[in-house]
Amino acid sequence: MLLLDNIILALNGVRANKMRSLLTMLGIIIGISSVIAIMTVGTSMTASMNETMSSFGANNITMGVSQKSSKKETMANGMRFEFGPRKQNLSDADYIYESMLDTLMEEYEDSLELCLLECSVGDAKAMDGELYANVDVKGVNDPMLEKEEDLTILAGRLFTETDQKEGRKVCLVSDYFCNNMFKGDTGKALGSEISVLIGDKYYYYTIVGVYEYDASGNFVSTSEEDTRTNLYLPLMTGFEYNHQDPRYSQVTLVTNSSVTDVDTFMKEIETFMNRRFYRNNESYEISCSSMSSFVEELTSTMSTMSMAISFIAGISLLVGGIGVMNIMLVSIQERTKEIGTRKALGATNASIRVQFIVEAMVLCFVGGIIGVVLGVLLGTILSQQMGYESSAPVEAIAFAVAFSMAIGVFFGYYPANKAAKMNPVDALRYE
Amino acid sequence: MSKGDVIIDARDIVKRYYIGQPNELEILHGINLTVREGEFVAIVGASGSGKSTLMNIVGVLDKPTEGEYILDDVDVMEARDDELSEIRNKKIGFVFQTYNLISRTSAVKNVELPMMYARVPGGKRKKRARELMELVEMEDRMHHTPDELSGGQKQRVAIARAMANDPALILADEPTGALDSKTGRRVMDIFHRLHEERGKTIVLITHSPELAEECERILTLSDGLFIGERKGSGHAPVR
Repeated sequence: MLLLDNIILALNGVRANKMRSLLTMLGIIIGISSVIAIMTVGTSMTASMNETMSSFGANNITMGVSQKSSKKETMANGMRFEFGPRKQNLSDADYIYESMLDTLMEEYEDSLELCLLECSVGDAKAMDGELYANVDVKGVNDPMLEKEEDLTILAGRLFTETDQKEGRKVCLVSDYFCNNMFKGDTGKALGSEISVLIGDKYYYYTIVGVYEYDASGNFVSTSEEDTRTNLYLPLMTGFEYNHQDPRYSQVTLVTNSSVTDVDTFMKEIETFMNRRFYRNNESYEISCSSMSSFVEELTSTMSTMSMAISFIAGISLLVGGIGVMNIMLVSIQERTKEIGTRKALGATNASIRVQFIVEAMVLCFVGGIIGVVLGVLLGTILSQQMGYESSAPVEAIAFAVAFSMAIGVFFGYYPANKAAKMNPVDALRYE
Repeated sequence: MSKGDVIIDARDIVKRYYIGQPNELEILHGINLTVREGEFVAIVGASGSGKSTLMNIVGVLDKPTEGEYILDDVDVMEARDDELSEIRNKKIGFVFQTYNLISRTSAVKNVELPMMYARVPGGKRKKRARELMELVEMEDRMHHTPDELSGGQKQRVAIARAMANDPALILADEPTGALDSKTGRRVMDIFHRLHEERGKTIVLITHSPELAEECERILTLSDGLFIGERKGSGHAPVR
């Protein structure tokens, strides 16, 4: 009862001295809001990353050819980049060939499930008289289509085994493409032959399926007409354009459930491939990366960043706490007579102490709440700017509110105790 | 407790300040004070006579350096801090010259305050506070804050607050000192009513001989000693 009365009294006090209370709470507000903002960005980022990870598959390993270099730098995502101009392009001997993949799949048949292959043909323009659509032409194998691209077929079908084996001139196009070229009439699109200008030559493909274009994950927004969607070809058809044997600079391997530690397994494959096929290659080697290592790196970068910001926020909270203590000391000085009166009316030292601790706590609590609201707002705006679905860090919010109240107790205790120990006679006489 | 029981029994009260220092100061030199239940006593004295010091001791805000003090059967000299708080809470009702209302809360909340410290349950507290506000004829201004009340109104609220825990003693320190004669009169009338109708024991500390004359017994304090005692009219002057 007494506690509730104290809380109401303290809230009235905050309301009566709005400006002073606000300035007092500023340190707490800044501290809490910065922590909550960064936490919001962090959880939003992690949530989207996890989603991405599960859609791309945590068990995927990207295996690619990369240049051997003394100045090699490992980036956060495990990909390797080098500084300075590339000395030479990949020569024929440097690529990953089907035979190598067969060897690898045989060697690790217990662990590897699928091999996702892609042959990038490049940007092209599909034409039909006046109408055209920009496309990115890709040759893909079936696992690639199913696992990685994750297409929703609106009409028609995916590629058949014969399409893939014989490299038939068929293709999958997006509903966007369909809108541009066939005015959205998918029935008309299916079975139509379209001409595609790749480089300076025309190629002709028959549409066998229309998929739903998924704009999410596309960071660059473009107008509807300019949107470049993928035009999928069977893998072999893609290579036909290149007039080459199937070869790859990068492939994606899917491990099965028997592999628990993807990163270790990844290194094993790397070593195997380099020993077997790249021992004598002076310029290139095989390097692998996985989604999980990418996410791990990102998470650790994120946590380092939040540690740094938390540290700054901690200092801000400390300063805020001292501000609260300062204002409490001033307030107690101002209200000396009130304290004396309360003591004359029968307040014990303990009840005076509780009154002022509650007051400091309420001040910090209100500051904490304002900080949380501002922080979530700021964090949401930031994470949306960065293109993530925002999600509020519930635990961090609970912790922040509790922590701000703890600051109130800690920094409120000394002034409250000072008030409690006042001599009633002196306090009453104070003017 | 029957009529005539001793409420204040103070013997040989000595108060010294700066004890053991070169400027040691003795304010009260051995005061004896006995007040019986239902009495209306005035303590008069010029400023510097030790009035305030005596009031602080009688009001248990301060302990005497030497002497004995039994207040309503409780030995004040032996009491610890928390017990002193309880004595002030339950046995004494203070009325100050400067009203000393808590400014941020409403009048009725001020009256509830001593009951809050006595842990009286909320419903009972509100009911009693309302009754007391009616007693001092302030029921129509219960929810005003002290800032919105005149001096006389504030002092009436303060009297209601002093009555909150039905104390054995009402201790009023210059209650009309900051009021004009008309409002001061009204405040004094309330004291008389409390005394006559409710049989309250009241100790009034004042420097005004006219006010003292309204009390039953007048004690004159000078230089830390009582120098005289006489009877007063015991009621308000007839106009």
